[in-house]
Amino acid sequence: MSGFSVTEPSKRQKWFAGILVITYAMVTLMPLLWIIATGFKSPEDAISYPPKVIFEPSLEGYVNLFTTRTRVTTSMEETLLPPETWYDEIARDSGTVISGPTRYGQRFTNSVIIGFGSTFFSIFFGTLAAYAFSRFRVPIKEDLLFFILSTRMMPPIAVAIPIFLMFRQLGLNDTHLGMILLYTAVNLSLSVWLLKGFIDEIPLEYEEAALIDGYTRFQAFYKVVLPQAATGIASTAIFCLIFAWNEYAFAVLLTSGSAQTAPPFIPTIIGVGGQDWPAVAAGATIFLIPVMIFTILLRKHLLRGITFGAVRK
Amino acid sequence: MAEFTLQNVSKSYGDQVALENVSMTIPDGSFVVLLGPTGAGKTTTLRMVSGLDKPDSGSVLINGVDVASQSPSQRNVAMVFQQYSLYPHLSVRDNLAFPLKSPMLKTPPDDIIRIVDKVAETLQISHKLDNKATELSGGEMQRVSIGRALVRNPQIYLMDEPLSSLDAKLRTDLRVELKRIQESLGATMLYVTHDQIEAMTMATHVGVLDHGKLVQFGTPREIYENPVSIYAASRLGIPKINIVPADMFPGAPSGAKSIGLRPEHIAIGEGAEGFVTRVEYLGDQTRLHLSVGPNDIITLADPHSTFRKGDKISISPKQNPIFFDASGARMN
Ligand SMILES: Nc1ncnc2c1ncn2[C@@H]1O[C@H](COP(=O)(O)OP(=O)(O)OP(=O)(O)O)[C@@H](O)[C@H]1O
Ligand SMILES: [Mg+2]
Repeated sequence: MSGFSVTEPSKRQKWFAGILVITYAMVTLMPLLWIIATGFKSPEDAISYPPKVIFEPSLEGYVNLFTTRTRVTTSMEETLLPPETWYDEIARDSGTVISGPTRYGQRFTNSVIIGFGSTFFSIFFGTLAAYAFSRFRVPIKEDLLFFILSTRMMPPIAVAIPIFLMFRQLGLNDTHLGMILLYTAVNLSLSVWLLKGFIDEIPLEYEEAALIDGYTRFQAFYKVVLPQAATGIASTAIFCLIFAWNEYAFAVLLTSGSAQTAPPFIPTIIGVGGQDWPAVAAGATIFLIPVMIFTILLRKHLLRGITFGAVRK
Repeated sequence: MAEFTLQNVSKSYGDQVALENVSMTIPDGSFVVLLGPTGAGKTTTLRMVSGLDKPDSGSVLINGVDVASQSPSQRNVAMVFQQYSLYPHLSVRDNLAFPLKSPMLKTPPDDIIRIVDKVAETLQISHKLDNKATELSGGEMQRVSIGRALVRNPQIYLMDEPLSSLDAKLRTDLRVELKRIQESLGATMLYVTHDQIEAMTMATHVGVLDHGKLVQFGTPREIYENPVSIYAASRLGIPKINIVPADMFPGAPSGAKSIGLRPEHIAIGEGAEGFVTRVEYLGDQTRLHLSVGPNDIITLADPHSTFRKGDKISISPKQNPIFFDASGARMN
């Protein structure tokens, strides 16, 4: 097993690589761990200085995230029935009673609908467009591709005002449809370019074989090209979802109520008497989960796809 | 099955002329082999017939009907691609079943299993049916690719060097098998190969392509015995035909530049003098490499011949040799 090998790194190389990766992971994971930890702190611990690394975990942040509460005086508290549920109890402990749910659940649902909806359409139209650009003789192809890419060249805020005005005219302000359309439009440039790269890599011969084998062009696309583009589609979908999921600027400007997504909502969570940091952190933590699950589900594809087909066979 | 005709077909890719004014008829039930060095336009010819590519000019007819507007599936052709092109996301079994499941054939599942098993057995790949298509050796991939054509009963089989990466034994087995299948089905076949034995043993007709032009079309025997040019003569025969200057032997017509002499058409005994440079003992025959003046010649001696390197030797044509003019065209 000893000696030089082309494919097998030496022990020292492995150690070195391992330490490098772990260090990098620590640095990038730090803010994430910080947010997750803060979600489980009490409001006092959350803002204590120096910051507490060891603390007594509490679910107060999560309770506050999902509920609105009113402060009660000690004398009033004695007149109340004993707390019925664990979250009632947590609220009582901080001298409040739960008076109703917050809108976090609804904002979160909006994020899911808009995020996954726009990802679906970005991939759907992106794949069709990328296939056409890759396989057919499209007039002024290069210019069109450049134009598609150029929509990504300015910051979103530069077009926010015109879009706001257009949306108002069309009645799309603060609607799910409006946000899905907008995010799809923004993501399409990314998805067309990425997917075209992946489809270019799929040899034409497979489709030709399918044409010979008695299939139509569309059936060949569906049965032969799509399965082989799965890797590219999965990684593109992750990029699209992450963008739509985290998008803040448009969301602040174009949504306020029924279609508001979670990002503009989370920072506005105000506790009783000032910013409720544990609740904000709890909101951010829960907000991370869907993208994480999506990424883990598609991870197998992503790992291969992220090399952009360099050594795919 | 059907008769296919190419009429004055030309095709260019950019500046590169791939086919120039090619006309040929592939009779119903015939086995046509295309010969020509790399880049001669063999694959392009198959693509014209299949409908994967359209000719720039000229037409393709099936049973006399122009099929310019028909897609490959409408033409009902099966093709074995030069670069295999197995579907990498499917198993071997699914690759073989793919044409049968097409909307064109819609084969019942029971029939699919039966046909796939039978073809897999013919091609000796039954034990690999459940492999992914990517988990095969080159020769196995090539056989699956042949199988994907053989599961069908098309108007024509188009095969682009289908046996090129098989070992000698398998190649012989499958050559015999393919010929048997073609004959028993009465199938029409257009077949590309660089292998002389395949060409000679399987073909009913041979087409010789040279830089996109069809220079000769006929039975293997015609091409072998009556080549139209040095080029066509060089396509068939192992060892290759000897081309020597016309004045080496008496009797050349005026204007003749060179003589074509098949190795077996050389008599040893008298005539032009030379010496043996190499002796190759092959068991059933012995090949003598000769040096006659500045020319290298290969001829056959009987297996028991006792010639040795350096021996003096005299040779002459056994029969009327073939004469070629300065451009390489046949004269007599
Ligand atoms: N898609 C293409 N684009 C550009 N040139 C092409 C294309 N296909 C074929 N050619 C050119 O056309 C000519 C004939 O090619 P073809 O593939 O028919 O050769 P072939 O006889 O099959 O050769 P081989 O024995 O190497 O397979 C070649 O000069 C080739 O470079
Ligand atoms: Mg070829």
